[in-house]
Amino acid sequence: MAENLLSLSGVHTHIGHYHILQGVDLVVPRGELTMLLGRNGAGKTTALRTILGLWSASAGAIRFEDSDITQRDTPAIANLGIAYVPESMGIFAGLTVQENLVLAARRGPPEEARLDWIFRYFPPMKKFWDLPAGNLSGGQKQMLSISRAIVEPRKLVLIDEPTKGLAPAIINNLIEAFAELKKTDTTILMVEQNFHAAKSLGDSVAVMDAGRIVHAGRMADLATDDALQTRLLGLSLEAHQ
Amino acid sequence: MIAGLLSGDAPRSRILSALLLAILVALALAPFLFPGTRPLDVAAKVCVFVLLVASYDLLLGYTGIVSFAHTMFFGIGGYGVAIALSRMEPGWGAIALGTVAAVALSLALSFLVGLFSLRVKAIFFAMITLAVASFFAILASQLSDFTGGEDGITFKVPELLRSRVATYYLVFGVALGLFLVLLRIVNSPFGRVLLAIRENEFRAEALGYRTVIYRTLANCLGAVVATLAGALYALWLRYTGPNTTLDFSIMIDILLMVVIGGMGTMYGAVIGAAIFVVAQNYLQEAMKAFSGAMQGIPLLPDLFHPDRWLLWLGVLFVLSVYYFPAGIVGQLRARKKA
Repeated sequence: MAENLLSLSGVHTHIGHYHILQGVDLVVPRGELTMLLGRNGAGKTTALRTILGLWSASAGAIRFEDSDITQRDTPAIANLGIAYVPESMGIFAGLTVQENLVLAARRGPPEEARLDWIFRYFPPMKKFWDLPAGNLSGGQKQMLSISRAIVEPRKLVLIDEPTKGLAPAIINNLIEAFAELKKTDTTILMVEQNFHAAKSLGDSVAVMDAGRIVHAGRMADLATDDALQTRLLGLSLEAHQ
Repeated sequence: MIAGLLSGDAPRSRILSALLLAILVALALAPFLFPGTRPLDVAAKVCVFVLLVASYDLLLGYTGIVSFAHTMFFGIGGYGVAIALSRMEPGWGAIALGTVAAVALSLALSFLVGLFSLRVKAIFFAMITLAVASFFAILASQLSDFTGGEDGITFKVPELLRSRVATYYLVFGVALGLFLVLLRIVNSPFGRVLLAIRENEFRAEALGYRTVIYRTLANCLGAVVATLAGALYALWLRYTGPNTTLDFSIMIDILLMVVIGGMGTMYGAVIGAAIFVVAQNYLQEAMKAFSGAMQGIPLLPDLFHPDRWLLWLGVLFVLSVYYFPAGIVGQLRARKKA
C-alpha cells in the first residue's frame, strides 16, 4: 500500500453563508492518480481550491507530506511542489505560450527534455510558442494549462475537469498524456466528469456528495463492481453515464 | 544593438516606429530645431512627463494598480532637490543629497502604502492613495517654513546648469536612460509576473508568486522613477511648488496621457506625453488661428475660441477612448496584425 502524500481530515469550507465542504476525509496515495468524482455542486472544485489555499478551510486539517498546510497561504502551498490546473484553464491570455510556461517554471528556465516531452503530447504548444495564449482554441488552452502544471517535476498536480468541453480526439490525446505523466511518479488528484476517462486513468477513487466523501477505494474495484457502481450511480453518478 | 537597448521590445508597427523616431530626434535636437524659450520648455516638459507617465504605466498598465499618489512622489522629488539647493550651496552635492533623501522618503512611503494597502481591493487602494496624496499636499502647503507653502521654493542651480541647453540635455539624458531601464524592467521575468498579476492575481498566486510583494515592488519602482522625474522637473524650472508637482490636475493629466498613449506599453507613455504636452501648449494657438479664419461664419468662431481649449481636449480624449480603447500604440499594433 502506497503511503499518503496528501490527507484531508474533517475539512469544512464556508464560502460566504454557504457551507460547501462538510467534513471531507480524503487520502491521496503517493505516486497514484486519484479520481475525485461526484455530481455538479458536490464540492469537488471547492475541495481542490481548499487544498491549494484559494479557499480557507474553516475546520479540519490538510496534511501534505509531513506538514500541516491548512493555514498556509496559496503561494506557500504552491511552492511545496503543488500545481493546479483549474476548470477555467487559468492561462494568462495576454502572455505568449512561452511566457506562460516560463512563468510556471519556478526553479529556473524549463529543461529542454521536459519541453520536448510536452511538445510530443501537445504539438500545438511548439507550433504556437510565440503566440499570445488568448489566441489559442479551447483545447489548446487546456493543453497549455496542463503543460504549465507539468513544465517541471511536481509532487502533486491538482486537475479540475480537464476533458470538459473538449473534442473526443483531444480527450484521447489527454488520456495518453496523463498515462505518461503517471509513469513519472507524479501524484495526481483529478476531478473528472467523464467516467470513461476516469476509469482509464484512475488508480484510486473518491466519490463526493453534498460536501462529503461518500465512497473511497480502488478505481478498478468500482469499474468492475456493477452493484457498487449502481449504488453510487444511483446516489450521484448518473451524470457520468 | 538597438534590439538590446529596447530589451527586445520592438515597436512592432512601422507607423509607431516612425512616430517614436520622430519624437526622439525632435527631443534630441530640440535646442537646435526649435529655437526659443517656449519650445525648449515644451520639449523638457515632454521628457519629464514621458518618464512620469512611463513610471505610472508600470503600475496601471503592467500591474493593474490604480494609484492617485503618483504626483506625491513627483512632488517629493521636486521638493527634495529644491529644499537642498535652497538651504545649501547650489552645487552637485546638494542635488545629490536632495535626490537621495527624496528617493529614500519615496521608497519608505511607497513600501508602507504598498505593504499595508495592496492587500485590499483596487478601489480601496485607490482611495487610500488619494487620501495619502491629499494629506501630503496639505502638509506641503502648511509647512511653509520648510516648503515655501503655496508660493513654493525658487532656488539657484550649479554653474553648469545655468545654461538652459545644458540643463535640457541633463533632463533629456536622464529621462532617456531611465526610460530604457523601465523598458528593461517590464520585459524582464519580473515584468512578466506583473503582467500575470494584472491578468489574474489568484492564478499568479497558484503558481507560487507572492503577489503582494511583487505589487509592492512595482509600487516602489514607480515611486522612485516619479521622484527622479520630479527632481528633473524642479531642476528645469529652478522652482518647485504645489502647482507644478502636487496638484491633482497633474494626476488627471498623467491618467489621460497613459490612456491616450496606450496602457501596458512603455511606448504609449512617449506618444501620450508628447501629444498631450504639445496640445496643452499649442492647442490654444491653433484654435486662435482657426477661429480667426472662421470669422463671418456663425457659431464656429465662438466654438473654437481659444478659451474653449479644455473642452476640445476633452472631446479629443472621449473620441480617443471611444475609437482607440487600447490607446494609440495598441491601435497601431492591432492595425499591423490586421
